[in-house]
Amino acid sequence: MDRILLTAATFCLLLSFGYTLFALGAGRYRPGRVNLVAILGGFVILTLDLWSRGHAQGSCPINSLFDVLVFMCWSTLLIYLVIGPAYHLSLLGAFTSPLVFLVLLFAQLGPVGPAAHGRFDHDPWTELHAALSLVAYGAFALAAVAGLMYLVQDRQLKTRRAGALLYNLPPIADLGVANARLIGLGFGLLTAGFAAGFAAGHISGVHVHSVKFVASIFIWAGYGGILVLRRIRRLPPRRTAEASMLVFCVALFALPAIQYLSSSK
Amino acid sequence: MNILCAGISHRSATVDIREKFAVGPHELEQALTRIRGIDGLAGAVIVSTCNRVEYYTASVCPIRVMDGLRGYLQDRTGGIDAPLYTHESPASVRHLFRVASGLDSMVIGETEILGQLKQAYAAATAFGATTRHLNKLFQHAFRVAKQVRSETQITRGSTSVGSVAVDLAGKIFGDLNGRTVMMLGAGEISERTARSFVSRGIGTVIVTNRTFERAARLAEEIGGAAVHFDDWHNALDKVDILICSTAAPHPVVTREKLEPLLKRRNDRPLFIIDLAVPRDAEASVNDLENVYLYDIDSLEEIVRQSLEVRRAEVVRCEKMIDQHVSEYVAWMRNHISFLT
Repeated sequence: MDRILLTAATFCLLLSFGYTLFALGAGRYRPGRVNLVAILGGFVILTLDLWSRGHAQGSCPINSLFDVLVFMCWSTLLIYLVIGPAYHLSLLGAFTSPLVFLVLLFAQLGPVGPAAHGRFDHDPWTELHAALSLVAYGAFALAAVAGLMYLVQDRQLKTRRAGALLYNLPPIADLGVANARLIGLGFGLLTAGFAAGFAAGHISGVHVHSVKFVASIFIWAGYGGILVLRRIRRLPPRRTAEASMLVFCVALFALPAIQYLSSSK
Repeated sequence: MNILCAGISHRSATVDIREKFAVGPHELEQALTRIRGIDGLAGAVIVSTCNRVEYYTASVCPIRVMDGLRGYLQDRTGGIDAPLYTHESPASVRHLFRVASGLDSMVIGETEILGQLKQAYAAATAFGATTRHLNKLFQHAFRVAKQVRSETQITRGSTSVGSVAVDLAGKIFGDLNGRTVMMLGAGEISERTARSFVSRGIGTVIVTNRTFERAARLAEEIGGAAVHFDDWHNALDKVDILICSTAAPHPVVTREKLEPLLKRRNDRPLFIIDLAVPRDAEASVNDLENVYLYDIDSLEEIVRQSLEVRRAEVVRCEKMIDQHVSEYVAWMRNHISFLT
């Protein structure tokens, strides 16, 4: 059942991605219902999938690398659906769907499947820590997507290309703001996740692997550094966009390692 | 029942001929009453714009009505030998659908004509000059125009330097309300561009010119403020859009001058529209963070690209229109009427 739901969700995102590629290739892309419906469909199916696995595992379904990647995809879609319309960033969906599609595909083709059962012994602090951290990664994923859109629009404007993308991408000033705010949102959630993690250590006595701790602090500091530099005007919007993509790529590669370490503790 | 169309347009007649055919709003009722007196004519709609004057009529005797219309136009224009075109259905139906979609306009894909058609139809309806077939025809034409515009790129991009500049500003800043424009040089083209921005809700206009009096006069006309030419860079902190059009032989906006000024702008983008020849802004300022420089050639290139895209879309539009013409003609066949 899990695999059927996941395959259906992946198909929805492939549909959105394929439609965008086709429409852009034909030079007549207009943000519209196809993307939104496909993403909404993918989100609903992923929610059902998470609910089903959470029920089977008896905990929040983030107990293996596979689980973590699927949960991160879900949180990315959730944040897109919440903030996309607010910022009139319809084309954000066109950029989000390929990222989520690839991560879902990687999760499905990877060697590790869903965990058979929960491993947190129902410790609420640990579960809160993991869930908040993964939603934060969702925000960071979307910040990276907004950053990519910023760089594309910046290039279109600098090179004076009046293609379909220029007309359909949101204004560059809005993209810069969305990029910075998403980093801020992710950073806030990650900080809250860390607080829950510390609470898990102190209240429930959960042990944290030192490498996992250092890697997580490194990512947290990376995003914190971007925010501070942005605040003191040492990082212009274009550099912020590049930095958010770079740190997210590092985080994306570090995530499997962190997950491996935390599951082998 | 046959739909007839007779008229002249920018394609067939020069403005001095078109103005003789024009039917002003105050003459419309009289003109409609007059042509409704033509034997065999059931109803009529008169479309009169700066680019075309067209008579759409519903009739059971096309030849007689066409002769009557020619006679009326001869009387009206004092016997001008005008290059009048005439179409009978289905060609007349196709013509109206093309006109409504902007395919027959001087600038392909322009949208103003649809509003003008709606006004002409509303006026004819108000004077009781339309028939069932004309009602159906015009409502169908409005539907065709909407579909063509939403499903093709016939209206994409801008077709004048001023509107391209405004569109680009929208792609940089989003909402233009509350933004500040500075005119560096008070040339005619920069004035037109500044007025385009004002019409889109720009908050403040600052005018600077080597002759301060001219800057002050223009600022007063536009509703802006004038600053002395030597102080333009001091006012740049607040400026979002800089329109350059001085007659200076050397660049006025240099990278060296701009770089320190940008530090005071808190990462706000600066859109520079350089309309001067020789250019006022050094090309290298486009390499600076948050600066977007467009000279007259790049704006004209975007206009050219937009027109190319529109022209390429005409074939798709024509296919859509063909389908609608068939639908309308089929409806006509099923609703044969001799009087209304």
